[in-house]
Amino acid sequence: MAEQKTTAIKPLNKMNFYKKQQRLALRNCGVIDPESIDEYIAVDGYQALAKALTGLKPEDVIQIIKDSGLRGRGGGGFPTGLKWDFTARNSADQKYVVCNADEGDPGAFMDRSVLEGDPHCIVEAMALCGYATGATEGYIYVRAEYPVAVKRLEIAIAQAKEYGFLGKNIFESGFDFDLHIRLGAGAFVCGEETALMTSIEGNRGEPRPRPPYPAVKGLFGKPTTENNVETFANVPQIILKGAGFFAAMGTEKSKGTKVFALGGKINNTGLVEIPMGTTLREIIEEIGGGIPGGKKFKAAQTGGPSGGCIPVSLIDTPIDYDNLTAIGCMMGSGGLIVMDEDNCMVDIAKFFLDFTVDESCGKCSPCRIGTKRMQEMLEKIIEGKATMQDLEKLEELAHYIKENSLCGLGQTAPNPVLATMKFFKDEYIAHVVEKRCPSAQCKSLLRYVIDPEKCIGCTLCARVCPVDAITGEPKKLHVIDQEKCIKCGACMAACKRVQAISRI
Amino acid sequence: MLKKISKIPFNGTPEQEEQLRAVIEECKSDKSLLMHVMQRAQHIYGYLPFEVQAMIADGMDIPLEKVYGVSTFYAQFALSPKGKYNISVCLGTACYVKGSQEILDKICEKLGIGPDECTKDGIFSIEACRCIGACGLAPVMMINEDVYGNLKPDQIDQILAKYTD
Repeated sequence: MAEQKTTAIKPLNKMNFYKKQQRLALRNCGVIDPESIDEYIAVDGYQALAKALTGLKPEDVIQIIKDSGLRGRGGGGFPTGLKWDFTARNSADQKYVVCNADEGDPGAFMDRSVLEGDPHCIVEAMALCGYATGATEGYIYVRAEYPVAVKRLEIAIAQAKEYGFLGKNIFESGFDFDLHIRLGAGAFVCGEETALMTSIEGNRGEPRPRPPYPAVKGLFGKPTTENNVETFANVPQIILKGAGFFAAMGTEKSKGTKVFALGGKINNTGLVEIPMGTTLREIIEEIGGGIPGGKKFKAAQTGGPSGGCIPVSLIDTPIDYDNLTAIGCMMGSGGLIVMDEDNCMVDIAKFFLDFTVDESCGKCSPCRIGTKRMQEMLEKIIEGKATMQDLEKLEELAHYIKENSLCGLGQTAPNPVLATMKFFKDEYIAHVVEKRCPSAQCKSLLRYVIDPEKCIGCTLCARVCPVDAITGEPKKLHVIDQEKCIKCGACMAACKRVQAISRI
Repeated sequence: MLKKISKIPFNGTPEQEEQLRAVIEECKSDKSLLMHVMQRAQHIYGYLPFEVQAMIADGMDIPLEKVYGVSTFYAQFALSPKGKYNISVCLGTACYVKGSQEILDKICEKLGIGPDECTKDGIFSIEACRCIGACGLAPVMMINEDVYGNLKPDQIDQILAKYTD
């Protein structure tokens, strides 16, 4: 027995789930005690801040970040060094650093993991950003749904103050930096940088037009640099080990690693950090261990409600910012939801649109009204009441909303519809022309039928039917009246033993 | 976001009011702390009835319509009281593709109320929430602070039975 046990547990680097991963942003998560500053210092914590404050000029720090090729991990992929440079070039009596920890994409949880597992690394990175851009105050905007993250950040900030890594005259360099935490209250649009800043100011989190960009006029009207948690998580390592270390990983234009939250119909779920340029096939088949139940892979959804989907034909695309944009997808924050043949793509598109309709802040009409109209058209399709003309209208409206919305939410809201229409047009057509849902998901289009060969006339189904749609005498074949049927599925559940009822 | 506004009369206690006044006193010098004050007020009262919003507006010297604007903008602020046990079923993407809608439907059917509603006895309320960051356990729901993962519709009866009084 003892021998069997030792052979059963493989080292991490031999396990398929970890073999291809390269943990950089997540390097300390699960390794150190997040509530102990000493453990963070033991793994070179605050060394990068010390190096910068005692030996580098602010412009040197910016140059290192620029040379590393780090791009915003929140989804947009804007070069981080350039962003810092813009803020640094604007002189003002007060500047701010903001950390966007309002992880709103349903299905992504890497920021939560970093904040809970390695909060000091964010504190250090924000101080570095403050030094580079000339800001002396920082705000971390965290989702209220992440109470553990908030608690650990509070502990980290208090410890950093005690050790003199935050506060006045850090490392005797004359540089002052202080951090505050602000809690979000559940509004997806607050992940957009200008909306996030208006929310920190205590208002309804509505975005405002850009320009002026936050680097000129951001939080409280002052120049502000805003980065996502995962972006910041990479910064201390880059400063400490140099730009070359980071630039050596990834593809030509997307350097380093990216964390994906692998979920949905996949055997191994969880956070996966891989070098940019890894293919979707490697993620799904090798790291994720394939699809459960021997089902067929249909598509992977990236970028949440702003993203698109990657169909099976593009499974060998190396994943980086530009490749994903080229196929009409988006890196987004890194949610990667795997879908199998049982998922209806029209239903998924509607799911995301329901989300954006709900979360649209209402400030600009293309997004407020447009997404609602798109949602209605999708409902028509799902109910089998649409015509081919509706499909054309849907596509036209989608492009209009993309071009005319005020902020990132509206500009990307039609993406899930456009991507599914591009790759799964046949499914849309099946709903519209044949009035059929190929994956048997859309309630209005599916039918429950009793197989005459299998039915034993036990009357079980007729007894559970809430609307008395099933008729038949005991020991004789039962029939479902499709006019009366409300498609609740109770009969199919009741017929568990004989399995004479199927959904088509 | 459309919100249900409660018709139940406000019945705050003097202790609650005292706590809220202390919070306002602590924060009123910085108007950007409005959301923070509202979050703490919701913690004290369980929800944000008009009477509480008016107290905050007066105390912080911020127009009531602005306080109301903020309270209706963010999903977290509740204008109706919640049940003793608040059930939030995650409808995030990972949970949705793994069938969380069925879980939600089953709970609604079982309790006879819809999302954002509270049972007559005040024991249960239901809400559909966005991602609680436990996508690896999809489909997931939370009853107050307890998380239930890898759910199947036929487990619901058993789970709800644990919360009786």
